[in-house]
Amino acid sequence: MHAPDGFLNVGTAIATGAVSAGTIGASLRQAKHTLKDKQVPLAGIAAAFIFAAQMFNFPVVAGTTGHLLGGALAAILLGPRIGAIVVGIVVVVQAIVFADGGLTALGYNVLNMAIIPAFGGYALFVLSRKIFPANSAGVVAATSLAAGLSVVLSAAAFSIEWLFGATAPVPFDTVFGAMVGIHLLIGIGEGIISGMAIGAVMASRPDLVYGASDISFEKDRRQESIPFRSFLIGGFLAALVLAVVVSQFAVGDPDGLESVANQTGIAGSGTESSFSDSLFADYATAGIGNETVSLAVAGTLGVIITLAVGYGIFKAMAGPPKKRKEVAQSWE
Amino acid sequence: MGVGHAHTLYVHEHSLIHRMASEVKILAVVLFVMAVAITPREALWAFAVFGIGVVALVMVARVPIPFVFVRLAAIVPFVLFAVVLPFIGTGETTEFAGLSLSVDGLWAMWNILAKASLGATASIVLAATTEVPDILKGLSRLRVPAVLTSIASFMIRYLEVVAGELGRMRTAMTARGYDPRWIGQAKPIAASAGALFIRSYERGERVYDAMLARGYTGTMPALDAAKATGRQWLLALVFPGASLLLAISALVTA
Repeated sequence: MHAPDGFLNVGTAIATGAVSAGTIGASLRQAKHTLKDKQVPLAGIAAAFIFAAQMFNFPVVAGTTGHLLGGALAAILLGPRIGAIVVGIVVVVQAIVFADGGLTALGYNVLNMAIIPAFGGYALFVLSRKIFPANSAGVVAATSLAAGLSVVLSAAAFSIEWLFGATAPVPFDTVFGAMVGIHLLIGIGEGIISGMAIGAVMASRPDLVYGASDISFEKDRRQESIPFRSFLIGGFLAALVLAVVVSQFAVGDPDGLESVANQTGIAGSGTESSFSDSLFADYATAGIGNETVSLAVAGTLGVIITLAVGYGIFKAMAGPPKKRKEVAQSWE
Repeated sequence: MGVGHAHTLYVHEHSLIHRMASEVKILAVVLFVMAVAITPREALWAFAVFGIGVVALVMVARVPIPFVFVRLAAIVPFVLFAVVLPFIGTGETTEFAGLSLSVDGLWAMWNILAKASLGATASIVLAATTEVPDILKGLSRLRVPAVLTSIASFMIRYLEVVAGELGRMRTAMTARGYDPRWIGQAKPIAASAGALFIRSYERGERVYDAMLARGYTGTMPALDAAKATGRQWLLALVFPGASLLLAISALVTA
């Protein structure tokens, strides 16, 4: 998924770049107290671990192998904020030092490989914790489910970015089908390995698992209330992403006009818009067969992803589940 | 322990580009890649200029050409995707060697191939001519937050340690007859991932304690590296600046 330069159009690169930089910046500010001075070496070595974990190859189907992406795993081990920062750094270093992934593609690469798996994966983890019993087996099961689905979430996010920023005449449905299909298979491996890895950590150092900080200690005394400000910021971010998604419906109309123009030969003079390939040019018509359906699917998915990621950010701001003091200490 | 040695992408040479301050090189590569990204795909002449420029850059940097090709392997999955495009693309088609190809698909293939290979080659030149500590120093001079650069520097410093640990675990597993071929064997992989995390984390704790013992106060001492001179800025920004102008003129005249 390390997309090269120019894989999505410039507008998408800028938009995802702004979202990624904003989220990493906000995570940094939020994690300031834990990352201030002391935990920098730990976070760095955790990043090295994630980098190395991506070398774990596992068989997907006969002949093909996938490798661990580690976004959800990092979020469950370190918390979504530090998880997103750490995996984001891994992606940036891979681009600058190892020339793996384009520099202008960093916006969507960081978004798809670090932010969505970390926050989305953590949100899925918190939600699935509610289904499973509150013990280490439940944590392992929830990790598997969340890590597996986080890979699919990333694939879906990439497909949506393709819808807005396609540089090739391949319809959204085709990209979506292929991406989600392959990543369902990769997700199974990711889920099993992440879950078992968390199980292995829980067996000897349960205190290191951020997402399980509520269990294996005595029961919680009081429910932490979520500060109103965090709620506002989370809501604003969710609304912002939503607005981006919804605006695509609005821009959908001129494309209908454009297609009519094409049919009647108005556009036959053949002069390509001087901004083709740049901001908001032509994206929605890039080979999408059934525009309404594609946009509806994309919109719905966008909202789901937004809600999931928003919920993750929201949960992140609320701190680790229940016993936050103890864990906070291990990070301070 | 490979610490202190060059990373895999570094090519030890003494070229003009090797000597340049890293912040200059990083900025130059970023600007050049941006110019490539915004250039409309129809502006073939602009891509020709970029291509000649990048090849010249590789020559000046004395990076072996085969090395560049090997490193370009990172974009292969996307190249495969691009090559399929003319066949699956929709819209107007053209005949070539008896095949019906989508015109838009051909343009899309060209767009992805050209931009991906130009961008990756520029990044390879940066990585091949700059050692990692210099890249990090350059990034912090370009005002990247210190927390990020110091996490990155710890990550790179311990990457080989952690990877070496992983390698030894692999060897031990292989010696005991482990041969990962099927998803049913996920358990040992996961167990080693878990063990690797605990070992890494505990190493991190020890490193932090050791740093405290040596008077660490929260910020790493600034190591001096040669700062960029005005002449270096000028020299390094000529090509990306020209590329940006070219890209903008291609945008306007397209």
